Amino acid sequence: MTSDLEQLSREIRLRLIRMSYEAQSAHLAGALSCVDLLVALYWRILRIDPSNPADPTRDRLVFSKGHAVSALYTVLAKRGFIPEQELARYNQPGARLPEQPCPGLTPGVEWATGSLGHGLGVALGMALASSIQKKPHATFVIMSDGECQEGSVWEAAMLAPRLEMGPLTVMIDFNGWQATGRSSEIMQMEPLAEKWSAFGWDACTIDGHSLPEILASLERPRDHRPRAIIAKTIKGKGASFIEDDNNWHYRSPTLAEVERASLELFPDTSPP
Amino acid sequence: MRNAFADEILNLALVDPRIVVLSGDIGNRLFDKFKAAMPTRFYNCGVAEANMISLAAGLASSGLLPVCYTITPFVTTRCLEQIKLDVCYHEMPVTIVGTGSGLSYAALGSTHHSFEDIAIMRALPGMRVLAPADPAELRPLLRESLSQSFPTYLRIGKKGEPDLTSGTQSNPGRWQHLREGQDATILSCGTILSEALPAIESLSALGIKVGLWNCAYVKPLDLVALDSLPRSPVFSIEEHSVLGGFGSAVAEVLCSSPIPRRLHRIGIPDRFLHDTGEQHESRIHCGLDSTAIVKAVTSALG
Repeated sequence: MTSDLEQLSREIRLRLIRMSYEAQSAHLAGALSCVDLLVALYWRILRIDPSNPADPTRDRLVFSKGHAVSALYTVLAKRGFIPEQELARYNQPGARLPEQPCPGLTPGVEWATGSLGHGLGVALGMALASSIQKKPHATFVIMSDGECQEGSVWEAAMLAPRLEMGPLTVMIDFNGWQATGRSSEIMQMEPLAEKWSAFGWDACTIDGHSLPEILASLERPRDHRPRAIIAKTIKGKGASFIEDDNNWHYRSPTLAEVERASLELFPDTSPP
Repeated sequence: MRNAFADEILNLALVDPRIVVLSGDIGNRLFDKFKAAMPTRFYNCGVAEANMISLAAGLASSGLLPVCYTITPFVTTRCLEQIKLDVCYHEMPVTIVGTGSGLSYAALGSTHHSFEDIAIMRALPGMRVLAPADPAELRPLLRESLSQSFPTYLRIGKKGEPDLTSGTQSNPGRWQHLREGQDATILSCGTILSEALPAIESLSALGIKVGLWNCAYVKPLDLVALDSLPRSPVFSIEEHSVLGGFGSAVAEVLCSSPIPRRLHRIGIPDRFLHDTGEQHESRIHCGLDSTAIVKAVTSALG
């Protein structure tokens, strides 16, 4: 049963749209596209304790598309790592929720990203540390499709299977867009899953907005190979007028647009 | 010097289970003993330095002490953003060892030269920069780096450097005062000490008494030593560009000192080195050999 998670995803999306309006911040659409991946991880997969975010035995999530960190903040707030009312301070001077993550500032944020192509290598180090120290934890990475254009991603992709990093999972939020256009028109992205398979990963492609599919891809039995999940998503998912319109890579909504999104996300009930 | 590194890191890792060595496909057979003794704590990360640095940061975030080792330009400028963001921004205790620094691999051309690594590494917040003069000094500096909770860049030579110092670091953070002299002072940084020492002897034979400091600590500098220098001219010497390196760091301090001192920076001119030759010929070509140092000092003193 994933209806509870689907409800959560809608609540988080509306909160994100409001935050973008309140903070007048960019990168809303790329935050909306990865919400379901985060919800699946934070409510069903990750072994984490919001009251002890630095627990050495915790599972790690490196959120490598740092420009979309508002999605992570919202999930962390809903999951109890930070007070929900603190989201009102997103992108405000002196707050713990800067527009892009900062090291050690926000409970539950594992790594400060923002320059693409770093997260997978760092996560590989965390996964290798778990193996060296014999302190088993799982390590996850969420990356963007545009990020796969960075050469450093493929350096890590080539080493992780060699080290048999079975407990490492990368989820690619393949929303098909990057800052200035469709990712597949700028670089030869496809066939993306086959690229990861060819590098020695246990790779699959799923609907990145289907919570049953996301959970199945994460819970499927593992072998020694690291896992790559290519999650086909819609940039701006949740509001029809944002979806698949790349102007929303940078722009933020008006109050009227927030209200319109609210009606679309919660047509039958009042939004929470 | 690289053999001393391999030997010392083996000794250290045998007693500290947190130490992990990452190599960028270099050191053929150099780490055989390490690999045999600790197979789960040595990783050849391949010809992929950016990932090696990010991976090191990830290891460090879990409490390990990674040491990244390969040829200087590839473990510094090639992967600069990974060092800046994953290591320095996150204040991870990663030790970056650049082997074959400066003109060590002179004959291999500009791809293997590193004339700008000190300038760039010392510009990164939180990064310590150490340049030992010889194998004996490398050992305590490596020990010191691995006892710290922040990043270190250790700039070393290649193989066959003679031991010129006692290697003892009775005062971590302090330069070694090797010779007294009031007529001038030479501040020697790194392996170029092998040219500075004979230069001092030649100058002494000419009746010029020059003080000599061995300055492994580039960042932070030894401010106590700098403050104690006589008012006579100061010469910084390094196998690195005259722009931005050790001499520039010294200039940054001296220019705001209440005691005026003239500083002459001796280093590699601001250009790529196209002329082929081994390290010693290249030092001569760049005006870094002992004869050139003597000439620079005598000219400046008039």
